[in-house]
Amino acid sequence: MEVTNLTKKRIEELIARNKRLDGRSLLEFRKIFVEKGVTKKAEGSARVRIGNTEVIAGVKLNLTEPFQDTPDEGALAVNVEFFPIGSEKFEPGPPSVEAVELARIIDRIIRESHFINLKKLCIKKGELVWMVFIDVYPINDDGNLIDASIIASIAALKDAVFPAREEDKVKYGELTKQRLPLNDSVIGLTLYKLGQKFIFDPTTIEEEISQARITVGMSYRKKEFIHAIQKGGETPLREEEIKEAIKIIIKKGKEILNKINL
Amino acid sequence: MKRLDGRSNEEFRTVEARVDVVSRADGSALFAFGNSKAIVSVYGPRQLYPQHLQNPERCLLRCYYDLASFSVPERKRPGPTRRSIEISYVMTKALEPAIKLEAFPNSVIDVYALIIDSDASTRCAALNAASLALANAGVPMRELVSAVSVGKLGNELVVDLTKEEEDFKVIKEGEEQKTTDIPIAFLSRSKKISLLQLDGKISAEELFKAIELGKKACLKISKIQERTLKKIKNIKK
Repeated sequence: MEVTNLTKKRIEELIARNKRLDGRSLLEFRKIFVEKGVTKKAEGSARVRIGNTEVIAGVKLNLTEPFQDTPDEGALAVNVEFFPIGSEKFEPGPPSVEAVELARIIDRIIRESHFINLKKLCIKKGELVWMVFIDVYPINDDGNLIDASIIASIAALKDAVFPAREEDKVKYGELTKQRLPLNDSVIGLTLYKLGQKFIFDPTTIEEEISQARITVGMSYRKKEFIHAIQKGGETPLREEEIKEAIKIIIKKGKEILNKINL
Repeated sequence: MKRLDGRSNEEFRTVEARVDVVSRADGSALFAFGNSKAIVSVYGPRQLYPQHLQNPERCLLRCYYDLASFSVPERKRPGPTRRSIEISYVMTKALEPAIKLEAFPNSVIDVYALIIDSDASTRCAALNAASLALANAGVPMRELVSAVSVGKLGNELVVDLTKEEEDFKVIKEGEEQKTTDIPIAFLSRSKKISLLQLDGKISAEELFKAIELGKKACLKISKIQERTLKKIKNIKK
């Protein structure tokens, strides 16, 4: 969507006065809906809606040889597919830069926070491990796909169960009751800079005219830790802005984790 | 505390910085942190084709980062990977604010960064070289871009990680703790941050300290870059 200069100006004026076009406050999210188990074939799945933005994530498991450098760990692969249904900007073909970046942000948050205990996915050291694939499909892009995709990935993992196994073969379609070895309380959120203000959860138009964004992946266990950061967007940020942004995101992450049932 | 290679925590590796290393290019530079060595060529500003990509308001900046197949222990298959696509993208974003792109409508500047030898912190070496190469090409710039990686090893914050440090693991409270890697880029005059990534595990307070440490190192690197540029006799174009 091309944003007209007039709309852009209007939104910027509003934001400068701490207001938004849809009446939200600057750091307010639209309503977040998380629905698990939305597909039958996947070992785990989730649909996340944030306002009109909708993302479906699915988890598939298969058996494979471990990577040479981690013989006693399972493997994780995250893929984001900007299939052309979700936005006029998505085009068929190989993944766009944005899709690759988003997949790698999700991967880093999940991997670095040890959300999945990969050691427990080892069946026989050096020979057989579980591989977890997370595939994310944005169904409708009305802004803030990053956060929706992170939340959907986490929810799909929480929904997932192991499929039945016979030696080194997976018996697809036959699910066990055993859940994946997961840790709790991991989330990633993105703060956008628009004009001189920070906002959460932009709509498409707000996202289009924001100059910078920063995504932070965090865990809240005994202590709060940061596990992944990605600064994006055109404009560089001052050191104080980055510090402020990180503090705002850590606080919001806790709030969202308490609010939605992942 | 001394590090594995004898450096202090705030010390980056020996830097090698040169410009004019590729005569065919409009601008070029080599930048190395120890054994992490990047060669960057800049082509442009030049007319952008296909025409539909042209922007009448500003110049397009395109970065391509890649590892030479022989630059890593196990041969890397040539060609782009998801990792290199992401790094190319964050490099573009890190360089854009430093360049007066509005001066060249309908044009493109291509920045090609090849890592010929890798020992961690390669995206930072590539960014430092890119900044030099752009200046070497005579591209009008507002400021330089300087980058460094900051790491958390155990309880220590250190500047400019080597691969050995990046892969270092300590057992802490019965939990295996890997190194936290934080690449940062600062703009030399506005002192703003144009690249910030992180993976690992770190508290907010420690992160803020790491950014401070990175800033100090980046300012030193920008001085090295300035000196390198002043050594050239005739700027091309």
